Amino acid sequence: MARWLGTRGRAAAPYGLGLIAVLLIPALLNVIPGIAPGYVLYLVSLALIYAIVAIGLGILIGHTGQFSLGHAGFFAIGAYASALLTLRLGLPFVVALLVAGSVSAAIGFLLGLPALRLSGPYLAVATLGFGLAVPQLVIWQGSWTGGASGLHGLPLASLPLGAFTIVFRTDQDYYYLAAAVLIVLTIFARNVVTGHTGRAFVAIRDSEIAARAMGVDLVRYKTTAFALSALYAGIAGSLYAHLLHGISPEDFTVLLSIDFLTMIVLGGLGSVGGALSGALLLTFLQNALTRLPVVHDFKNLYIVVLGVILILTIAFFPQGLAGIARSARLRWATRTVDRPAGAGQIVELGERSGVR
Amino acid sequence: MTGPLLEITDLTIRFGGLVAVDGLDLRVNAGEIVGLIGPNGAGKTTVFNCISRFYQPDRGTIRFKGRDITSSRSHEIIRFGIARTFQNVELCRSMTALENLLVGQHVAMRGGVIRDGLRLPGVGADEARATQRADEMLELLGLTRDRDRVVSTLPFGLQKLVELGRALVSDPALLLLDEPTAGADKQEIQGLADLIRRMRDRFDLSVLVVEHDMSFVMGLCDRLSVLDFGRRIAEGAPADVRNDPAVIEAYLGEPEVEVTEV
Repeated sequence: MARWLGTRGRAAAPYGLGLIAVLLIPALLNVIPGIAPGYVLYLVSLALIYAIVAIGLGILIGHTGQFSLGHAGFFAIGAYASALLTLRLGLPFVVALLVAGSVSAAIGFLLGLPALRLSGPYLAVATLGFGLAVPQLVIWQGSWTGGASGLHGLPLASLPLGAFTIVFRTDQDYYYLAAAVLIVLTIFARNVVTGHTGRAFVAIRDSEIAARAMGVDLVRYKTTAFALSALYAGIAGSLYAHLLHGISPEDFTVLLSIDFLTMIVLGGLGSVGGALSGALLLTFLQNALTRLPVVHDFKNLYIVVLGVILILTIAFFPQGLAGIARSARLRWATRTVDRPAGAGQIVELGERSGVR
Repeated sequence: MTGPLLEITDLTIRFGGLVAVDGLDLRVNAGEIVGLIGPNGAGKTTVFNCISRFYQPDRGTIRFKGRDITSSRSHEIIRFGIARTFQNVELCRSMTALENLLVGQHVAMRGGVIRDGLRLPGVGADEARATQRADEMLELLGLTRDRDRVVSTLPFGLQKLVELGRALVSDPALLLLDEPTAGADKQEIQGLADLIRRMRDRFDLSVLVVEHDMSFVMGLCDRLSVLDFGRRIAEGAPADVRNDPAVIEAYLGEPEVEVTEV
């Protein structure tokens, strides 16, 4: 079967399965008794939106090796840009979404410039400062941003298609919207990281000296990585604002930046699929934790769990979920081939995970 | 082309109070293999890092194909036709041998994040062409078996070969080799000299090689330039340089001892 599909088929298989899952999830939720499909779909949509941020952040941290602890800031910029454009200027949702992404990308580019001179912990601190500053600036400019109470009553998202206009009303509609955007951005990210640009990113991460000697313009590629990951966060922010129909500065705390970081570490740095699964898992975990009775006395249980997940992942599964999946696949492949892989081969495949 | 391929005039660079390179003149003509030799700490690698534009010289000019590259940026150098290797190997360690050779063709490919992300027409053909070229180079260097191995898992000798391939695949006019014999045994060193000569003939290269292994450069180079404490103390054909008293003294501290015993 695998041979019949060929390598092309095997490469496309995860996309096909993903697409089928996306289409089937709402139907499945309707037949499972005892749950509220609308609420679960809302939660899934939220996870998909976070996954968009995680994929962008994964390109920056996992592939390019540039740290950011401030991606909640880009997420906030996208959300506020989109909310302000639709609410105050009455622009259509699609326009707001694209402008929100572009504004965030432009600010990402600008933040990438000082980042050229910073690395490691210094860059982490600088981006942390950025993430901290954005919600404060929103509160300070309260007269048009809504201040601490935020912006509410955003119009329904809609998508004009020729003579028709699709209006996203229900949780299921939003779910399809988030899934569609995520699919497009996932394919785009995969194409970038497996191509010429992605190789330049990884070259920078592996050795800046080698990258420069091979003609990789560090200024261009580092700012590109920042802008690209900010674009993803900005688009996700726009979707978030419209999913919730309202936003406030407290949606965008530093804790959210840590969430994003945990998603990609848990999923596996340098893997688009890892970022996706990390985001899904963490969002549902967070929600499940709020249902535990203990949360009544211990509101910040989630933060502790987050810390434990980070430590355990880094200590025991530094390649994250993607690494676990890879070694499982390897074990499966060697079983079907009926020829045990040499130890060297396993090391090789384990090491390779760093690339994408 | 008239004039030398690479022409360095009065190159001077200081680090704090230390003058690492002091008024160096050096040229490499088309087709030549030139050795830049000298004891440890003589400033040889510093000269390379000036040519690669990792260091900014305090004085002097570097011209390549008649063009002043003294204020060019480091990533532009390979585009002009200068590729290099590093003393301690600077590979993209998480990548396979093939991927490293694709990075070596970075400037030959069109690129662009939107073009890549949308797989615009031409991207697939570019990748296929670069992959074919990389495969040819891997075969030439006997690395086909290691094509898909992550380079950090390769033995040091093979890593050096991959690095050489990555430099060659960019189709340079001038190849800068920083201590190619480091970590190699006597037999490998002989093979390396043959390989470098073969590559020079096949790819129409000029080579500037930094070394401290005298016997290696004696057999390989058309011309030698000897550095000591950042100054050029001798230049000429290997046979003449070998007997130069200043060179013997720099290497061994006393003129009586035969240099060939190093």
